[in-house]
Amino acid sequence: MKSISPIVAFTLLATVAPLLAGCGSSTAASKSGSEPAGAASSKEPVTLLNVSYDPTRELYEEFNADFAKHYEEETGTPVTIEQSHGGAGKQARAVIDGLKADVVTLAIAYDIDQIAELTGLFPKDWQKRLDNNSCPYTSTIVFLVRSGNPKQIKDWDDLVKDGVEVITPNPKTSGGARYNYLGAWGYALKKFGNDEQKARDFVKKLYENVPVLGSGARDSTTTFVQREQGDVLITWENEALLALKELGPEKFEIVTPSVSILAEPPVTVVDKNAAAHGAQEAAVAYLKYLYSPAGQRLAAKHFYRPSLKEHAAPEDLERFKEIELFNVDEVFGGWPEAQAKHFNDGGLFDVIQEEIASSK
Amino acid sequence: MSKNFAKRQVLPGFGITMGYTVTYLSLIVLVPLAALFLKSAGLGVADFWKAVSSPRVVASYKLTFGASLVAATINAIFGFVVAWTLVRYKFPGKRIIDAMIDLPFALPTAVSGIALTAVYSSHGWFGQYLEPLGIKVAYTPIGITLALVFIGLPFVVRTLQPALADLERESEEAAASLGANRFQTFTRVILPTILPALLTGFALSLARAIGEYGSVVFISGNMPMRTEITSLLIISKLEQYDTAGAAAISVVMLIASFGLLLSINLLQHLAGRRYQGAL
Repeated sequence: MKSISPIVAFTLLATVAPLLAGCGSSTAASKSGSEPAGAASSKEPVTLLNVSYDPTRELYEEFNADFAKHYEEETGTPVTIEQSHGGAGKQARAVIDGLKADVVTLAIAYDIDQIAELTGLFPKDWQKRLDNNSCPYTSTIVFLVRSGNPKQIKDWDDLVKDGVEVITPNPKTSGGARYNYLGAWGYALKKFGNDEQKARDFVKKLYENVPVLGSGARDSTTTFVQREQGDVLITWENEALLALKELGPEKFEIVTPSVSILAEPPVTVVDKNAAAHGAQEAAVAYLKYLYSPAGQRLAAKHFYRPSLKEHAAPEDLERFKEIELFNVDEVFGGWPEAQAKHFNDGGLFDVIQEEIASSK
Repeated sequence: MSKNFAKRQVLPGFGITMGYTVTYLSLIVLVPLAALFLKSAGLGVADFWKAVSSPRVVASYKLTFGASLVAATINAIFGFVVAWTLVRYKFPGKRIIDAMIDLPFALPTAVSGIALTAVYSSHGWFGQYLEPLGIKVAYTPIGITLALVFIGLPFVVRTLQPALADLERESEEAAASLGANRFQTFTRVILPTILPALLTGFALSLARAIGEYGSVVFISGNMPMRTEITSLLIISKLEQYDTAGAAAISVVMLIASFGLLLSINLLQHLAGRRYQGAL
């Protein structure tokens, strides 16, 4: 009963049909590696499928080409990497329902945990297999405000003030937005000396200032940027930096709060899928290459904080402000606990929302 | 009996086409729906009830069905006007307008949602003038209804057009010559004839609205208890890997929609019979 049969998957697809159209689950932008240019190798070419979430699109486009070149030089095996991007939760579900991913590179560990739990395609302690909790790069939660910062937003405290409108996605439908919520919660715990009740009030006040809950991160960015709703957008740092690059620094500013949460998008090899078509070795090398100087440099270039700073270009590192960071494990006891307490049905997020709704 | 029935047909092949219909319907519709019921049955009665009757879910039913009914009603009225204009009058650009009716069918729903939000949010073309009047459209139930009107319009127009084209002007003239005023002609002659088609259009538009997701999530604002549609809750259940809970809500939606459609069909049947009886 635990595993999901294809029939059920199909059913859900059919019944909630049109919704998938909305949410950009594009697939397989294939980045082919270089041809075996006369190399003395007669090795079989390998194909890897990397199932990732939305904001890594640009990073992996460049990284894949780089890795393909590197891997063929090293081993003589030509490798082709196919990419699939979409909302993290949806992508995890696709792998659970049978998408043959060789590696997954998602936004939160919880989604990868669920794949391990429900399919057994790789061990449950997958996160211990690579350095830094299997996170070759990290990010954090920052604020994007309009140019000149008209509401003078400096820190989390300013988000709960009267008359400030905050834009953030719904943490129930957006995996990444759970960090936004937990960031506020963690900040409040620190501020009020771990007083849970006060932290809860703080977060409630913050969500009272939220006029629109986007269904995903890009949805909220659009609401803030194009629809010009709200005074501040809570977002991942890499998204904020990308928005700034795309839209021009004259229109928006990034505000880095005094304390924030460490966003850890982890990666892992889906052992059984990779082994099934002889790609295990390439898949392991692929993820290892993320930790190499070249991989780290690319991560920083694409706005993720590298786990090994020394490999990144100094001008890229300059973009990342020094900030006090806490992580989900130390403050919330890990994802399973945070998910159960805050985000599952009847969890604190629901309770807070119901209180807000009934008071309006 | 069935043999007689089969013999009476002009075209042969009743057996094979009926077999095909049943198999095809089973594969495409019935089996997936059965799986949905099966999945939700795994919950047990108490958990099923809990999943489908929490205040948030109930609020979303009210919103989804309420907005869908309003949207379908608006579509029935204004769709009739559009269909009437297209059938009864000749004017330049008629073909183009006629083709435009189908656009909501063709557009990806997300595109419609984003476009409507762009126009009706507080900085949009219309929104900036409506906001000072105290009318907020985007991120309210009004916006949701608007999106549902948009996606449902073609259903009413397309089902009404053939019915209106079949309507004989002579019967209207006859009614007039017998002393009926315009209102009487409309309610006694035109409306009964097209009522079955109008109900079909209404039902299709309603059914489409109830299941809509793509266009609505962008304009609704997704605020719990206030602007969350039921499909969004199904998605949020799936995001927490609660497949059974998602299936349970889907089952409720399915039964409610089926009930609605069935009663509309019944109405249609009654309307049709009344009209034929009058002849």
